[in-house]
Amino acid sequence: MAIALETKGLVKRFGGLQATDNVSFQLQQGARHALIGPNGAGKTTFINLLTGVIKPTAGQILLEGQDITGLRPELRVQRGLARTFQINQLFPAMTPLETIGLAVSERTGGGRDWWRVTGSKRDIIDDIVDIAQRFRLTDVLDERTSNLPYGKQRLLEIAVAFACRPRVLLLDEPAAGVPEAERHELLATVAALPRDVSVLLIEHDMDLVFSFADRISVLVNGALFTEGTVEEVSTDPRVRAVYLGESVDE
Amino acid sequence: MSTNIADHVRTSLVRKGRWGIGEILFWLIAAATLFLLPERHLILNEIAIIGLFALSLDLILGYAGIVSLGHAAFFGLGAYAAGILAKHGFADPLLGLLIAAIAAAILGFVTSFLVLRGSDLTKLMVTLGVALVLGEIANQASWLTGGADGLQGVSMGPVVGLFEFDIFGTTAYAYSLVVTFLLFIVARRIVVSPYGLSLRSIRDNPLRARAVGIPVNRRLVAVYTLSAAYAGVAGALLAQTTQFVSLDVLAFHRSADVMLVLVIGGVGYLYGGLIGAIIFKVLQDVISAWTPQYWQFWIGLILVIIVLAGRERLTERVRTLWKGVAGRTAKSPEPLPKTSVREI
Repeated sequence: MAIALETKGLVKRFGGLQATDNVSFQLQQGARHALIGPNGAGKTTFINLLTGVIKPTAGQILLEGQDITGLRPELRVQRGLARTFQINQLFPAMTPLETIGLAVSERTGGGRDWWRVTGSKRDIIDDIVDIAQRFRLTDVLDERTSNLPYGKQRLLEIAVAFACRPRVLLLDEPAAGVPEAERHELLATVAALPRDVSVLLIEHDMDLVFSFADRISVLVNGALFTEGTVEEVSTDPRVRAVYLGESVDE
Repeated sequence: MSTNIADHVRTSLVRKGRWGIGEILFWLIAAATLFLLPERHLILNEIAIIGLFALSLDLILGYAGIVSLGHAAFFGLGAYAAGILAKHGFADPLLGLLIAAIAAAILGFVTSFLVLRGSDLTKLMVTLGVALVLGEIANQASWLTGGADGLQGVSMGPVVGLFEFDIFGTTAYAYSLVVTFLLFIVARRIVVSPYGLSLRSIRDNPLRARAVGIPVNRRLVAVYTLSAAYAGVAGALLAQTTQFVSLDVLAFHRSADVMLVLVIGGVGYLYGGLIGAIIFKVLQDVISAWTPQYWQFWIGLILVIIVLAGRERLTERVRTLWKGVAGRTAKSPEPLPKTSVREI
């Protein structure tokens, strides 16, 4: 199977701190892969390296076989690597319709288009409708984003990333903080993401990990600790030890 | 079901591009003043120019969230460019506008790289600094600018070769109004385009804008350059219609006044600059007729009240009244971002 996203010997040092320690990781095409690890394991640093917010000290990042290590964040998005944020990063004064319209317009090169009214192209409209339906936002399209219920904001968070038509989607704790009543809707839409998008899920919530992922990588102290199927990782006593905070002799 | 939503999406997006009744009325009234207020053309000309200048600031402040205390740099450069050009025999007004716009755009493009880094405070200081530097250059280069005496001997040719400038300011006002209107149309078009939407997204959340694939800096450089060109045209209009340029065009109070105008009128819906210019000029006119020495005291007081009382609340009340009177307007202006007023 083809590899969607790969890191080779990725290292990030902040002064004396080794936040990412020689991580060589592969995300298969169409995968549902979860990245877990205790607090401070370096998950956020890893995501920031992948998306280009910070530059690695050493190592390589490949997106569908092409080296993107030196590419600026927005160019990575244009190449098909999109992310969501653990804490909502939305446009509070814009509506979901404008937000999705923005992402779709950008992808189709519309952001450089300054003389056409947004939404005057047929295919853009179709795309917006498709995404609004997929993420169950059709009933709140014209609300101000800051007024949406938290669960809807969370859906919009994923919808914006999806609107970039990513080949690889990084989901950073998509269900974080979502109240129980709105949780089901969110998990259902995540589960229904099309299979041609490879997904890397960063998550604390083990229920979500076990129900969604088919492979799990465990990050500890910046290094890949172990990787395997859900079955293998969930029964691995060393992983339990890490999560229960016991010392591990390696 | 799906087609219903598609229709809804289309109308909801495209509606922003349409002109509302209020807007059409606004410009009809502006045009009518040409005929109805002949003795007021001089001050109306000033209003149109300040309105255009404030519109240019709104493009960066209201849409892209870039604060500036030195927008007079571009206004002044445009004024001097047009004035010097006319003094040396290139008397065609439109040519002057074009050159002024280009000169200001170049300055805007170059300085944008200084301005776009750092916090709001940094931006305020850098823009202020650029304007001060330019003011001092104009002061020192008296062989070119006339220095503190001002640029004498500016004489303009007729607009499009037909309309001579007159002492009543009629040609001047008509000229400034038409130029402001045309540039307004362009700005209005831009802010509802995908490009304009991307600017608003950058203002709201640059981190996410980048994560959507938007080259944030490039977009900001572009709008800063455009805004500078607009300010340059406004300055050129002043130089051409008054046929005089002094260091005053680059003075700090120009930058402060235009900010004041925008705060009075409101940011982020393009009409704020125009409405603010009207209110500002009329207030200045009325108050200074009543108490010539102390008009700035009253302007200052009004500014404090507006900012503290919250312009949104004031306009909301007016809007409710307006809706009651006019039934339903086709377009309700954008809600104002709270941050912009606070930043000032």
